[in-house]
Amino acid sequence: MSKHYYTYVPYGRWENTAMPLHVVTTFWATILWLGVTVAMGGYACAAETTGIIKTLQGTVSVERAGTTLPAQLGASVLEADQIVTGGDGSVGVTFQDNSLLSLGPNSRLAIAHFNFDSTTHDGNFETVLTRGKLAVISGKIAKHQQDAMKVRTPSSILGVRGTEFLVEVTAP
Amino acid sequence: MKSLSAAGLLILLTGCASVPVEHAADRVVLLPGPDGRLGKLAVTSSAGATVLDQAYGIAAVSTAGKVANSRGDEAVVRRDFATTLAALPPRPVSHTLYFEHDSDRLTPASEVAAQAILVEIAARPVADIIVIGHTDTVGELVYNDQLSLQRANAVRARLIQLGGAAGRISAAGRGERELAVETRDDMHEPRNRRAELNVR
Repeated sequence: MSKHYYTYVPYGRWENTAMPLHVVTTFWATILWLGVTVAMGGYACAAETTGIIKTLQGTVSVERAGTTLPAQLGASVLEADQIVTGGDGSVGVTFQDNSLLSLGPNSRLAIAHFNFDSTTHDGNFETVLTRGKLAVISGKIAKHQQDAMKVRTPSSILGVRGTEFLVEVTAP
Repeated sequence: MKSLSAAGLLILLTGCASVPVEHAADRVVLLPGPDGRLGKLAVTSSAGATVLDQAYGIAAVSTAGKVANSRGDEAVVRRDFATTLAALPPRPVSHTLYFEHDSDRLTPASEVAAQAILVEIAARPVADIIVIGHTDTVGELVYNDQLSLQRANAVRARLIQLGGAAGRISAAGRGERELAVETRDDMHEPRNRRAELNVR
């Protein structure tokens, strides 16, 4: 750390002056606080794999924390991801509880919630289909507890009771 | 002139007939399982609800939330959702293979079954495979832990040889800690000398 810092003086000039002790202390305290916050945030947000992409055709992307990644076979799908297919796209995902989901072309699905205890089979699984076509073969979560698996659309909620089904959402 | 207005009326009528009163926002179709077994699906909107429990039963939900039930045609449903259905991953499967006493060699019967099973598994797209080996209660605990892992690894090696991705195939041994058939200690039990394959 330099002993000097730049003080702003009027009319757009920066002046090199000696740094007072309290500024140095505050600086390091801030760095420490930032480090701890980032570490804790990273821990809290440490996203676990919810599913693996098993089939892939055409243009498919995964939107994650504000970035868009091209979907890849064998890649993980995380909670809060959005899966988007293009006009030529389709994708199939196998989830940790053995639920199978697939999307047809021009579809968008958000993985709103996923948690699964592989010992007790407790969990909940909620996806949101905002457009396009979805096929679902429910897995252990839905088998263990009625309505623990849900699919939402802009106009309805589907409560899954151990079953296989199709959903189509037509954009208004 | 008369025929022209008649045609106009016809267009008007058919035009009216093809415009739905309410726009259908969602279509939900219940499918029968592979063994014909049916589950249930509760469909709830802001203005209605229904439970689908018939094969190819359809719930149409309008943008206003109205829920209408109908019975769909299997061929039409499979055609409309052909691309989506084709994209479903293969169903997860489990298999059990049995071994000769104190060996990582499969029994003749399991050897016959293994050919088809292992080829199918290794050919799956990005299959994640867990192989868990087991033993019967003959021998020491520590020895059996080792033997069970050896069995799992033998199966894993064959899957890799058939083209399975090594990074996606894990092997573990449970020794005599998880018997398929409960026995007292030091009991020969062929049904406990096994490896379980969980594939998804």
